[in-house]
Amino acid sequence: MSIVIVENLSKNYSGEHALRTVSFSVKKGTIYGIIGADGAGKTTLMRILTTLIPADSGTVSIMGYHFKKDVQSIRSSIGYMPQRFSLYQDLSVKENILFFADVFGISGTERKEGIQRLLSFSRLEKFKNRRAAHLSGGMKQKLALCCALIHKPQVLLLDEPTTGVDPVSRKEFSEILFDLKKQGITILVSTPYMDEADMCDELMIIHKGSVLRNGCPDSLKMDLPYRVYQVENRQQTVHCPPAVIKRKGIRMVYPSAGTIHVMADPEQINAEEVFEFTYAAFSGFETVKEVNPSIEDLFFYLVFSTDELKP
Amino acid sequence: MSAADSVIETTNLSKRFGKFTAVNSISFSVQRGEIFGFLGANGAGKTTAIRMLCGLLIPSGGSGRVAGYDISTHASKLRSHIGYMSQRFSLYNDFLVKDNLFLYGSIYELNRINLNNRIDEISSLLGLKELLSKKTGTLPWGWQQRLSLACANLHQPDILFLDEPTGSVDPVSRRNFWDLIISLSEKGTTIFITTHHMDEAEYCHRISIMVQGRIAAIDTPQQLKLSTDSLTLQDAFIKIISAPGCNGAEK
Ligand SMILES: Nc1ncnc2c1ncn2[C@@H]1O[C@H](COP(=O)(O)OP(=O)(O)OP(=O)(O)O)[C@@H](O)[C@H]1O
Ligand SMILES: [Mg+2]
Repeated sequence: MSIVIVENLSKNYSGEHALRTVSFSVKKGTIYGIIGADGAGKTTLMRILTTLIPADSGTVSIMGYHFKKDVQSIRSSIGYMPQRFSLYQDLSVKENILFFADVFGISGTERKEGIQRLLSFSRLEKFKNRRAAHLSGGMKQKLALCCALIHKPQVLLLDEPTTGVDPVSRKEFSEILFDLKKQGITILVSTPYMDEADMCDELMIIHKGSVLRNGCPDSLKMDLPYRVYQVENRQQTVHCPPAVIKRKGIRMVYPSAGTIHVMADPEQINAEEVFEFTYAAFSGFETVKEVNPSIEDLFFYLVFSTDELKP
Repeated sequence: MSAADSVIETTNLSKRFGKFTAVNSISFSVQRGEIFGFLGANGAGKTTAIRMLCGLLIPSGGSGRVAGYDISTHASKLRSHIGYMSQRFSLYNDFLVKDNLFLYGSIYELNRINLNNRIDEISSLLGLKELLSKKTGTLPWGWQQRLSLACANLHQPDILFLDEPTGSVDPVSRRNFWDLIISLSEKGTTIFITTHHMDEAEYCHRISIMVQGRIAAIDTPQQLKLSTDSLTLQDAFIKIISAPGCNGAEK
């Protein structure tokens, strides 16, 4: 059952398309990821879904409520964490969370347990009496997350919640999301982290206001018409040669987490030839092998091929 | 490498806020031209340490030298030798791109002719030329970060301190940003950078990992992976941060 249905949503800012006929739907109790380059339209989309800004055309329905006719019903059934969240700087960590618990009418054991759980996930327990103004950047981000997660709305919209959050806390944060999902909560989340995108049930890749792809991550990855080869060396970082040798069938060469990825068109070049190319083009590597494409590979492919088509 | 080549050097550098120790006696050095990744958990003390190294915050203990100047006694002298892009660096959104550049240039007291030349140079290096007459606030975030980098680099500092420059930037723009960082480093600029993107840490010559005010590990990315028996830096980072005696040791 779809709990969020978006049809042909468009939005312009002073003549420029922020969103063009965006359509998608989200099933209840799933995690839906939104990724895209800077200025792709992620935040605009989130803000329209929360009814904070109007769309130029198209419709949104959340839990059967219409985004123009049932504004109040939508607002009371969703939770939203904006990209630039503001905390009460002069309140302590705990006071900030308590404040939001009050706003959402969370009380009793639910409130007590909720706060405890969030303080421990965010590792802010030790700092619960510190004023928000005196937290580090990432600690502020985590406190904002705690404030957004203290209530359990039907639908949660999170705009880049893990920006500035360290890898350990990011892992714990995904566990919290999976937990919420188990409780039947639907989550829409945008992220600049491709590994987080890969954990979503469904994913949308948006570029310059248009949806380039959507679907489950595994089937999206199979969509990639090219093969990906990984060039690696455990002893040292392999560097991309500055001027990559042009070779028919080699579409892209780019660094990926300390290795180099070579994307090749199997209709123009076979594995054997890719290996030969690699030996000629790179020095100081140990192995080259074909790997399963990741969401990052897909993202690079889509962004580059879309921009190439542009006049 | 001899100690003479180090452009940043600290000895037991510390910072306390009241009873809380944010930076707990860190000692390390960075060589000229190095790309040094200053990593760590949230709240570990990275921004606090950077602010001391930039002469913006007075240490509570220990000492440090940056570009040859003592950070406690010659803070104002050292500032013209460094560029600093803070964690929440903000440009004037209503200004045109070139006006932001002019403003920053004049803070560093570059004269008009010099400044015009530098703006020309840096905007072609960073690919900002076509954007000079655009309103800053209308640029995508990745481009605003690029402009911030240009501002911090106008006076040709020896050392660039970049505190999470790529926070919410997509993979394609992050890669382009790193191409710039690498080309600046190849021209001799020392780069001192923090990031929570572990794939970026791979580009660094050396990295340190801070936990609760202390440096828990410092080495090349490859050595850190080998010594923690990890395939990725992300795994190495998580192992180091979660090691008993790191996170477990309460002060
Ligand atoms: N003015 C202050 N008063 C009290 N405590 C402070 C103050 N400034 C910073 N702190 C504390 O010092 C510690 C280190 O903060 P810092 O901003 O240096 O962390 P960081 O490593 O940069 O973290 P992040 O990755 O989240 O940016 C934190 O616990 C923070 O709350
Ligand atoms: Mg910081």
